[in-house]
Amino acid sequence: MSREAILNTVRTALGRNGGQAIAEPPPVRLRVADVDSETRIASMLRAVEALGGKTRRAPGGEDARAYVSAVLAGKTAVASNAPFLRECGIVDLAGVQSGFTDEAALRAVCAVADVGITSADYALADTGSLVMLASPAEARLISLLPPAHIAVVPKERVLSGLDELLTILPLPAGQTSSMVLITGPSRTADIEQILVRGVHGPGEIHVVVVG
Amino acid sequence: MSAAFDEKVHNTLADANLQLAIYRATARLIDHRKHAVTTAALPDYQELRTQANAIKRHTIDHLDYYLEQFEANVTGHGGKVVYCQDATEVADFVLGLAKERGAQLIVKSKSMTTEEIDLNERLEHHNLESVETDLGEYILQLAHQRPYHIVAPALHLTRYDVGDLFARTLGVSNETVVEKQTLIARAVLRQKFLAADIGISGANFLVADSGAVVLVENEGNARLTTSAPKIHIAVAGIEKLIPRAQDLAVFLKLLGRSATGQALTVYTSFLSGPRRAGEIDGPEEFYVVLLDNGRTKLLADPGKRESLYCIRCGACLNHCPVYRKIGGHSFPWVYSGPIGAIITPQFLGIEHEPSLPFASSLCGACAEVCPVKIDIPKVLLDLRAEVKQAEQRRGANCLERLAFKLWAWLMCRPRFYEMAAMVAAGVAPAGNGKWLRSAPALMNLPPVRAWLSQRDLPPSPAKSFRELWRKR
Repeated sequence: MSREAILNTVRTALGRNGGQAIAEPPPVRLRVADVDSETRIASMLRAVEALGGKTRRAPGGEDARAYVSAVLAGKTAVASNAPFLRECGIVDLAGVQSGFTDEAALRAVCAVADVGITSADYALADTGSLVMLASPAEARLISLLPPAHIAVVPKERVLSGLDELLTILPLPAGQTSSMVLITGPSRTADIEQILVRGVHGPGEIHVVVVG
Repeated sequence: MSAAFDEKVHNTLADANLQLAIYRATARLIDHRKHAVTTAALPDYQELRTQANAIKRHTIDHLDYYLEQFEANVTGHGGKVVYCQDATEVADFVLGLAKERGAQLIVKSKSMTTEEIDLNERLEHHNLESVETDLGEYILQLAHQRPYHIVAPALHLTRYDVGDLFARTLGVSNETVVEKQTLIARAVLRQKFLAADIGISGANFLVADSGAVVLVENEGNARLTTSAPKIHIAVAGIEKLIPRAQDLAVFLKLLGRSATGQALTVYTSFLSGPRRAGEIDGPEEFYVVLLDNGRTKLLADPGKRESLYCIRCGACLNHCPVYRKIGGHSFPWVYSGPIGAIITPQFLGIEHEPSLPFASSLCGACAEVCPVKIDIPKVLLDLRAEVKQAEQRRGANCLERLAFKLWAWLMCRPRFYEMAAMVAAGVAPAGNGKWLRSAPALMNLPPVRAWLSQRDLPPSPAKSFRELWRKR
């Protein structure tokens, strides 16, 4: 079996013995910026727009619901099971399907829906990223298969950046099998370096910060 | 230089369209990176490079420990780690699993490691359909070509090439608008994603304390590859490890910026095992293939071990004056540019293309932009020394050795050197101050001819340095 062969070759190459202790690794380097909430939110929205996304600062759930309703304008949508979407009344909008716990049914709906609606576990202000942890509340395919994605995020979840995220969540694997950072709409520049949005993932992204 | 290498270099240099394509693409990538690492954009850029180098050094120096830690954590989350020595072992594993599960269709996201082992060809040989899903890689698979660049695989093709290719291979109308070409690929590949039995990805990082595979990408194809099929297999070189999830705060800031000038790529996936209880979608089986394929040979050499720190950002290619002229396909293997010039001979054996370490001007641009501070010029010099020592042992290239002995003798004797320089300046063709492109009749000897076939000689100055120095 190649496991032992490879590990032994590695040890021989490094002059180490099996089970030998290691030197202390370089200390973790995390620099959490001290930025107030409003500055973070403004930075988040600016970053999303710079990437070609659309944004909305909603004072409350009612306004968030109105924004989503205006974006949908008769389109079909699939919403995640995030409690916050229910609180805002977004799952009750016309054309929105929600409450899926079965993969096959969810996949069939995501494959044809115009819009996917999710919340986000966190958002990163400096890069404009949404942080999505797979869970019973958030399926992976909703932010992936439909051509447009709307994320509705309570303002408390907007962090300063990646360093703060990894300070709060030093071991993401302890919580989920999948953490995805979404930074703007899906894009490619593979042909003649010409930018095209919406290759495999959503080409249209809306971020609504609520509160 | 081998005849094959020589011919590819000459063909690339003679193709004006290709020269323009390489120049434009690399110039744009250089520009994007430059703006992303300014003091205003990333004040601690140099500190991050130093930290990245320190973390990689530590991890590689204790690689056995981190491999075992990674394996224990993957297993703990219900995944499985498979160690493979070479291409055959990887193919056998995938084929065996596909057979057991009755799988027929595989979707693949971009991975240099699977290019390295020709995985698609090996799978297709056994009647499995294996489809590349990154737009650039998909184009190349249809064209039966290998990547031209680590991060911009199809940079040598125009939209007209793509239009012809899609019309010929997909039976669609010849479309030359890039947006429409992208939609064609999206439609074809969407069906593949939804029908695929297995998704195969690479890995940008393997995180030891989490048992996680980290993938960065812009299109969403890697997310689909690792989310839609029931089985996810990540194929990664053993050098991809980093100790802690928190170290991503260093590496992710450097990778996107160095590659394309992005603070973060559109999608960064951190995947640790199959879907858990309650999670609605995601793979039910999760495998990480850890590939050696020559990497342990490199580990055994402390002087060149740092070649394994590479995070495949491609910045050294973009900034290399040699890559920018000879392009990606002149290189003998899948890895091109400065990083290709140092890892190809070490993975495959130096005899594979002994002239590769010499295909560099040693200008140092690669080391200057490397986000993990690999001293590429130093490794190139070490490899050159190895090639020359091997030649000496074989007794090959006697003429060159004699010439250098003579040179060394001359350099130690200033008066003789000056006389020789005057003679050389006297017999050298005037050239009217122009660069000399081919050997004049009198000097048209094989070594001179060979040297000038690859290079141009600058005009000799009116006055030598020594003359100017004396008159100072």
